[in-house]
Amino acid sequence: MFLIEVIRLAFRTLIANPLRAILTLLGISIGVGAVIALISIGNGVQHYVTDQFSSAGTNVITVTPGRMQRGFGGGAFAQPAQLTMSDWRAVASGVQGTSAMGVSFSRASNIVFSGKSSSVNIDGISPQVTSIQGWTIATGRFIDDADVASRSRVLVIGQSVAKDLFESGEDPIDQSVRVNGLPFRIVGTLVSKGSSFLGDQDAIAFTPITTAQERLFGSQSQGTSGERIISTILLQANDDASRPAVQRDTAQILADKRKIEPGEPNDFTVRSQAELVNSFGLVLAALTTFLGAIAAISLLVGGVGIMNIMLVSVTERTREIGLRKAIGAKSGAILSQFLVEAIVLATLGGMVGVLIGVAGANLASRLAGIPADVQPASVLVAVGFSTLVGLFFGLWPARRASRLSPIEALRFE
Amino acid sequence: MTITSTMPDPVIDADLLTKTYKLGENEVHALQGATLKIYPGDLLAIMGPSGSGKSTLMNILGCLDQATAGTYRLDGVDVENLDDDALAEVRNRKIGFVFQSFNLLRRTSALSNVEQPLIYSGLRARERRERSAAALRAVGLGDRLDHQANELSGGQQQRVAIARALVTDPAIILADEPTGNLDSKSGAEIMCLFQRLNEQKGITVIFVTHDQRIASHCRRIIRISDGKIVADEVNPDQLRACIDV
Repeated sequence: MFLIEVIRLAFRTLIANPLRAILTLLGISIGVGAVIALISIGNGVQHYVTDQFSSAGTNVITVTPGRMQRGFGGGAFAQPAQLTMSDWRAVASGVQGTSAMGVSFSRASNIVFSGKSSSVNIDGISPQVTSIQGWTIATGRFIDDADVASRSRVLVIGQSVAKDLFESGEDPIDQSVRVNGLPFRIVGTLVSKGSSFLGDQDAIAFTPITTAQERLFGSQSQGTSGERIISTILLQANDDASRPAVQRDTAQILADKRKIEPGEPNDFTVRSQAELVNSFGLVLAALTTFLGAIAAISLLVGGVGIMNIMLVSVTERTREIGLRKAIGAKSGAILSQFLVEAIVLATLGGMVGVLIGVAGANLASRLAGIPADVQPASVLVAVGFSTLVGLFFGLWPARRASRLSPIEALRFE
Repeated sequence: MTITSTMPDPVIDADLLTKTYKLGENEVHALQGATLKIYPGDLLAIMGPSGSGKSTLMNILGCLDQATAGTYRLDGVDVENLDDDALAEVRNRKIGFVFQSFNLLRRTSALSNVEQPLIYSGLRARERRERSAAALRAVGLGDRLDHQANELSGGQQQRVAIARALVTDPAIILADEPTGNLDSKSGAEIMCLFQRLNEQKGITVIFVTHDQRIASHCRRIIRISDGKIVADEVNPDQLRACIDV
């Protein structure tokens, strides 16, 4: 019951000097607001990045030529390594535990249609690549085995390409466009994936890999060994459990095929999407924690502000303290009165800070186009922490108040 | 002997109180063996010039301070060995203070000001309000319960302070220069109120003052000088403060 009185008293005291109370709690509000906003934005970015990678296909393993460089100058290859069609065939026939696999050969080029042109990456692919990468067809059809076999001049285009070349309402299907002077027929359009930090994902066009290697980029696809080269091998593991085995087997098959001695570094890279997501996630989580820690420093500054104002308040109210002691307040009662006042101040500040933080996170996400992720747990922690700040920084002034001698305090001018 | 045996127990029974402060190298003997008994229902003034030990005596009688030596029994409680918290409880239960500068909480209603001691007594809100309203009615402020303390006149503020002293039903009221900050008319009204409370309700009131006008309204006057009680006499010419009663 006494606690209720003390809390009521704290509110009455704070209301009696509203400007001071607001300015003091603002220090805490800004700290809590900054913590919540930064952590929410950080979490949002983290989820966003993870989602972007996931939308590119789950359990996907990519094989690319060249070694993944760690740092600069760490043994660059004199001749850039090349992966070829025979490497692909070796992987395709040897690796177990996959649900889909594909191969691609990509080069940048322009697609031209009635005076308009679209600069895109043209992906020559085997049919399963689109499903591994998680594309869905909007209109028309995907590249199929017959297209690959016949090296047919067909294109499946992304929404950005469609927007570049065609008027709205104009149906791209069966339109004839030109790439490198060759006529191509559009057979399908893709559902948009939107743009991300990886760039505009919809600026893409698929064609059969045979068409790309032999008709479009004949000279560029000529490898040093005389074989056609490829850009990427894509493998989709059956599930999470089989992914490491697929990755290991793929590397082994390729190393054997390419006659790389044990102990020598591979001149190709086998990488899983999961690894990429994990390492990005770790970096972003560290960044979020770092930002949150910096924001937490401002919370401490807010706490010092509370201590300052509570010390002023104790001095100003020395006579009140003296009176309260004279009429029977024990030291504990005075202590709890000032402590509760500091805690109420800090907690109110924390609550206002939550509003500021959520508003700030939403504003930032609207401006940057990144969804903020305000987690209830971080809100609770922030308010709880501000209460602790009040307790910590209120303790000393409150002890000072409770230890005043009533005679001295009553005599205080 | 027969006269003293029919007397009630004294509410204040102080024997050879001494108080010594250390001021750097020097020892200051503020009280040097003050002995006094005060009986319930008395109206008395403790008088003395500043530096006489009057304030020290008041602080000890009010349990705000403790004597260096001597015994002090307040309303049946030996207070000389109590710790700070126990002293706070004694002040809360047995003593009502009235100060020269009122010491009310600003921007707080009269009722709430009077309630404050009862909060520390642990009373429920409803009982607190009832008793506080009754105390304010007893000092003639029944129609000012919700006025803010700082909106009241000096005389009214001192009445609120008296109500705050009365509300715990204390054994004694200690009034330290209660009219010092008031004009003579308000001062007379306050003295009238004290006399009325003393006569009608039998409340023991002890004034600590150097103001002869206050003393002249009392039944008994104790004079203190250099830390010693030099006179303790009945006032034969007690004045009535209330003109219209």
